[in-house]
Amino acid sequence: MALITFTNKGIYCKQGDFYIDPWQPVNLAVTTHGHADHVKWGNKAYLCHEHTKPILQHRLGDLNIQTLPYHKEININGVKLSLYPAGHVIGSAQIRLEYKGEVWAVSGDYKVEYDGISTAFEPVKCHTFVSESTFGLPIYKWQPQQDIFNQIKNWISHNHDKNQTTVLVAYSLGKAQRLMAGLAGYVDIYVHSSIANLNDAFFKAGIILPHTIPITAETSKESLLKGIVIVPPAVADGKWIKSLTHAATGICSGWMQVRAGRRWRSADAGFALSDHADWPGLLSAIKATEAEKVYVTHGHTAVFSKYLNEIGIEAEEVKTQYGDGEEEDNIEVNKD
Amino acid sequence: MKRFSQLIQELEMSNKTNDKMLALVDYFNEADDMDKPYVIAMFTGKRPKRPVSTALIKQWAIELSNLPEWLFAECYHNVGDLSETIALILPPPTSIRDRKLNEWINDLALLNDKDEAFKKQFITKAWDTLETSERFIFNKLISGNFRIGVSNKILVNALAKQSDTESSKIMHSIMGKWLPSEINYTDLVNGVHVNTDNSWPYPFCLAYALEGVLSSLGEPQEWQAEWKWDGIRGQIVKRNGELFIWSRGEELVTEQFPELHFLLDELEDGTVLDGEILSVKDGKVQAFSILQQRLNRKTIHKNQLKDAPIGFYTYDLLEYKGRDIREEALNKRRQILERMISNLKTNSIVVLSPIVSFNQWDELAKLRETARDLNSEGIMLKKLNSAYHSGRKRGDWWKWKINPYTVDTVMIYAQKGSGRRANFYTDYTFAVRDGDQLVTIAKAYSGLTDKEIKEVNAFVVKNAIEKFGPVRTVKPELVFEIAFEGIAESKRHKAGLALRFPRIARWRKDKKADEINTLDDLRQLLQATLLPPA
Repeated sequence: MALITFTNKGIYCKQGDFYIDPWQPVNLAVTTHGHADHVKWGNKAYLCHEHTKPILQHRLGDLNIQTLPYHKEININGVKLSLYPAGHVIGSAQIRLEYKGEVWAVSGDYKVEYDGISTAFEPVKCHTFVSESTFGLPIYKWQPQQDIFNQIKNWISHNHDKNQTTVLVAYSLGKAQRLMAGLAGYVDIYVHSSIANLNDAFFKAGIILPHTIPITAETSKESLLKGIVIVPPAVADGKWIKSLTHAATGICSGWMQVRAGRRWRSADAGFALSDHADWPGLLSAIKATEAEKVYVTHGHTAVFSKYLNEIGIEAEEVKTQYGDGEEEDNIEVNKD
Repeated sequence: MKRFSQLIQELEMSNKTNDKMLALVDYFNEADDMDKPYVIAMFTGKRPKRPVSTALIKQWAIELSNLPEWLFAECYHNVGDLSETIALILPPPTSIRDRKLNEWINDLALLNDKDEAFKKQFITKAWDTLETSERFIFNKLISGNFRIGVSNKILVNALAKQSDTESSKIMHSIMGKWLPSEINYTDLVNGVHVNTDNSWPYPFCLAYALEGVLSSLGEPQEWQAEWKWDGIRGQIVKRNGELFIWSRGEELVTEQFPELHFLLDELEDGTVLDGEILSVKDGKVQAFSILQQRLNRKTIHKNQLKDAPIGFYTYDLLEYKGRDIREEALNKRRQILERMISNLKTNSIVVLSPIVSFNQWDELAKLRETARDLNSEGIMLKKLNSAYHSGRKRGDWWKWKINPYTVDTVMIYAQKGSGRRANFYTDYTFAVRDGDQLVTIAKAYSGLTDKEIKEVNAFVVKNAIEKFGPVRTVKPELVFEIAFEGIAESKRHKAGLALRFPRIARWRKDKKADEINTLDDLRQLLQATLLPPA
């Protein structure tokens, strides 16, 4: 019995009459996380994890938002719905649906490594699993986060030696907070206003984040040179960066795993730090669900589902409008 | 090998020549002395024999990673580099060993006369001791082929800076005969194996493009006109019984052109000629695309010697009987040059670049229109009383090129630019029609105004059909006129031909996609350029 159908508006649960991460306006949008390709404006009501609420309010304004903590079950038109941590960004959730003994789970975006800031991923046992596959190729195998942070720290101290200002490019939601957590106490962290505003929203919602300093017109170039600067991609090539003392830019993204990705961005450094599961992560997560059937929604859908079928897991690709990965996880805030 | 791996990463991270040069200087300051000559050998294309075939390497990597072959192919397709794909898909190493670069290279060379089982054992064990980035380097060492955008010139400048030696001496010494296993770094940069005193070249005198009207140059009688040749600018140096051929890129290319080696016997010591290296057959200059098969080759096939024989069209004399005569007037230098060339015993290989005679400027303008018939790209104008300048100096030398070829194409791919234009689609790929298909023919970075770029950008965003990483496939609708300097056969491109210096001439908003040129049009043009000049 199918609990989900893939419609032109999004992922639909007929029994419960609600959508998960729809891309066209609906009555009830169950929202996995706050990235722009997973949540659109214009739905009548939203249901999400309590930590996703400040993100939605910050991005989309005053909405009708109902929240849930992880693991708490509610009933919508006879469908039992609960949220499980997806480990992707703060507040990110997998959606577990149960109806007459049949269990389906929708992953949204996820990563299996604990990042120190988002609640750690938990596999959900289910009959059918809907998975992403942003990095669904065996070339994507992340190094442990600690190794990457050591590389970033080495690079920062190298920049300090050379009198260069360290600029790390990271998405406002997710990667920025992860960097803050990984580098807190090591160096003064200055953040662009779009990141600072989101951090503020988290703070007001009672979410404690590492200490950062918002960049204002008064911030001196000298203090930025001594600390580090985190900016969202939209700012990375702008005039402001050029005004810094010998800026050295480092991009933190899974695409940095491949040389062509690094060269194309023509940054001074690339760090393969991703908020998505790598190849072994996807496979272990899927096996842990013990699902009989897997739908693959975005990323390397064709390759990944073909491979799953070959190793004995029935899988099928579905076309969705979710971004093909980190490049699109862009929630740039234009309000300020 | 870690230090070398770091160098490669630094070289790849930057597209600025100066950054690359400084990364090399740092490397040569810090690296193991034994490793340095190997790195120089590698970057100058001195390639050791490949000990293991690509097919075997690939097969072993697939076995070890336990992946189906189709999935390996998908990975390769995404990465675009076999050495890197293998480095990424192998299981993590079980132990790490940091060995020196020269040790790896020497061990790989020893593999050549071993059997397959031994080779497999060696390679797979090596993989198991290397991190991803070093594995990539190791795989490149097997293939011997590093294409990382380090020209001989960048390398030479870095070595010159690091060792405080003149760059032409470095160029000469690294182009000489030496083996990395038999020379140390200091001897190599000091050129103890060659005599660098004999080879040093003069800086080339370069011309500005002529803008404005001819009459602004003054009286026609004060000027010498020559054909502007489309070949490789060359300087031929004969001193103390040695012959050297330098190219415009300040590279020594002596070995590439054996046809010119007779000059060793026929030129006097203390002679330096300036001119153009061309392919010349039966007294006619051939198209650049023909000369191209002779460039940057380690070995020259008999057929290439037959199809693309080399000639040298000389137009200046810089050193005569050991004396620097660059300050003499052009007409005087030319006189001595003419006498010297007429005294050569071997005729028709090294010849004088003819003077184009004219009395009035408009007469010269008409002659220029016939340049393409001679496979020339226009006219050079040189002031008769001028000295031979170092580098580019306005006023005495002018190049007056004919208009480029053009073709109407449709844009089918777009990619975002970098730097200032990183937020806009500015890098486009263009196609011509071939039956009911579109075939890509050129890639060009924008030659458009900022306003046009924004317009094209908006079109791309709205009309993207597919994504391949950063590349967008767009609806074939926008027509652009592409200007180019030449056309050549190419096995690398699907169209079977490649354009030289393609750039956007203008956006043809007046044309529709069904009005663009066809592949046949370009093939006909290619054939026409390959015909010997009338």
